[in-house]
Amino acid sequence: MLLREGKALRVAFGETLAELGNTDRRVVVVDGDLGSSTGADIFEAAHPDRFLQMGIAEQNMLGVAAGLATIGFVPFVSTFACFAVARALDQIRVLIAQPKLNVKIAGGYAGLLAGKTGKTHLMFDDVSIMRALANMTVIAPADEIETRRAIEVITATDGPVYLRITREPSPKLFDDDYVFHLGVASRLRDGRDVTLISTGVQTTRVYESADLLAKEGIDALVLHVPTIKPIDEAAIVEAARETGFVITVEEHTILGGLGGAVAEILGDQYPVPVKRLGIRDMFGESGPDDALLEKHRLSPARIAEDVRLLLARRVR
Amino acid sequence: MMAVELSTAKLEDLARTARREIINAVVVAKAGHLGGPLSAIDILVALYFRVLNIRPLDPTWPDRDRFILSKGHSSIALYTTLALRGFFPLEELSTFDAMGSRLQGHPDMNLLPGLDMSTGSLGLGFSAGVGVALGAKLAEKNFTTFVMVGDGECNEGIIWEGAHVAQRYALDNLVVIVDENNLQQFGWRGQTATDRLPPYSDKQLAHRWEAFGWQVSEVDGHDIDEVTHALTRARGASGSPVAVIAHTTKGKGVSFMEGNFRWHSRVPTVDEINQAMVELGAPPSLTGA
Ligand SMILES: Cc1ncc(C[n+]2csc(CCOP(=O)(O)OP(=O)(O)O)c2C)c(N)n1
Repeated sequence: MLLREGKALRVAFGETLAELGNTDRRVVVVDGDLGSSTGADIFEAAHPDRFLQMGIAEQNMLGVAAGLATIGFVPFVSTFACFAVARALDQIRVLIAQPKLNVKIAGGYAGLLAGKTGKTHLMFDDVSIMRALANMTVIAPADEIETRRAIEVITATDGPVYLRITREPSPKLFDDDYVFHLGVASRLRDGRDVTLISTGVQTTRVYESADLLAKEGIDALVLHVPTIKPIDEAAIVEAARETGFVITVEEHTILGGLGGAVAEILGDQYPVPVKRLGIRDMFGESGPDDALLEKHRLSPARIAEDVRLLLARRVR
Repeated sequence: MMAVELSTAKLEDLARTARREIINAVVVAKAGHLGGPLSAIDILVALYFRVLNIRPLDPTWPDRDRFILSKGHSSIALYTTLALRGFFPLEELSTFDAMGSRLQGHPDMNLLPGLDMSTGSLGLGFSAGVGVALGAKLAEKNFTTFVMVGDGECNEGIIWEGAHVAQRYALDNLVVIVDENNLQQFGWRGQTATDRLPPYSDKQLAHRWEAFGWQVSEVDGHDIDEVTHALTRARGASGSPVAVIAHTTKGKGVSFMEGNFRWHSRVPTVDEINQAMVELGAPPSLTGA
């Protein structure tokens, strides 16, 4: 089944914050000179007085956000994922994660599909880095609806959060009445042959690959894990139990991200074979989004191919 | 080795050609930046054709002057200048930002000969430049290191960390060129949402570099002779590093791009391309008309 067209997460990000800002005056947006790319400009247009421009100075920006949180504001820091996570990691670690301050860090242009920016901007080790920090909640929404619901929930929940936001329009996976619960995975499809676990926008491509697999008689269980930390261990163990074979798929390095988290849990609690699909130990490069997805074998067709291959190898 | 002495009129013509090539490359790539490259291109032409001691056919010559484009998002301006200067064929500009190209969206020193540093995360190229200049002193090398930064880029704390260390070590072999075009990407809002304030008010940047112990000169960054003169003097400085504040216009050369923050990174439409090419003096056959 083809998914319906949806908005880019960055647009949902800006719109949701602009709406929340109407009723919740604690919400402020802290920008690193990228509002016109990240969707934060939508908030600026609605609430110019609560849009705080920090210029091109990410380290200071994260520090300022920590200070704002102590006054009772709910700062949403907005920049590209690479500059938030990589440039300002000490500030995030010492000023936000350690004191558990109520700062929401929105990493825009995360993953592979960042519009031909190349090595410096393509950020696909953000989840590994952020999930290694104690006290940090890590969320990668799949579509515009989940982005909206996740932002509403984290605004109402105290504590530091890293929110993965992407650039390109992506299909709708959920209906308007979807309810997001922090730390809860959602099973999108039952299946007997293999468990596919994914997160973020990549889940939409995994979901479509399950349809391709079904046509070949492969019945895949699909589990979407929007909260990578704290992760839904029970749902993962249960999904592994049902099929006995787990494949993780992420638009992210296979080192330490979702695949790493799943392997850790199953290794400890329910050892079954786990294969990780994703980007293999390399940096990004310029290129059209589709070509990059193909290269890293993250399109629905390539995922289906790899799943088929891994299953065949396993049977032998 | 200096290029054959080219007249100012010739270099101005070359800069116009470069502007057309920059726009073409962004159009072909369907991505990239225009405002910053167009504000920087006259300075780059002056640097590469009149100031830098380089050998295009021997790009790793150890005694060459170094140039680092710290505002790496303006890569297409540097690539165009390198191509015009003979580092690689002009046709290769059509591979800008394509998969597998040596001309990555942001400069990659491992791919393209002639790039002295990989950049793209603002502020970082400058501190690497401080290291290059410090290394040259330690190794008793005589070349000069030039680094170009944006005025928005000067928001980054690392610029001022580097400026401090460069002064402590009296790096008079280091020249920073500030492309002060008075816009960053989004910046601070003025009276309305489309009115964006300059990163710094008049003289603020010049005073800052001075306060950090740097020698400062200010030039019209679109006047190739003035730029040449200031950079040539800067390389002969002694005792402290030099900052050349170049007053420029973002999007320079194309009327509807000039001073408009929306042209920071945007791909022009067919009509816009045609108008730009006419304004940049393209021969009629190239304007698509
Ligand atoms: C560390 C970092 N933060 C943010 C960006 C995104 N970015 C690219 S260009 C730009 C604005 C640069 O402004 P300025 O230095 O004035 O350059 P110019 O106006 O000459 O293009 C921003 C914010 C970046 N490349 N690096």
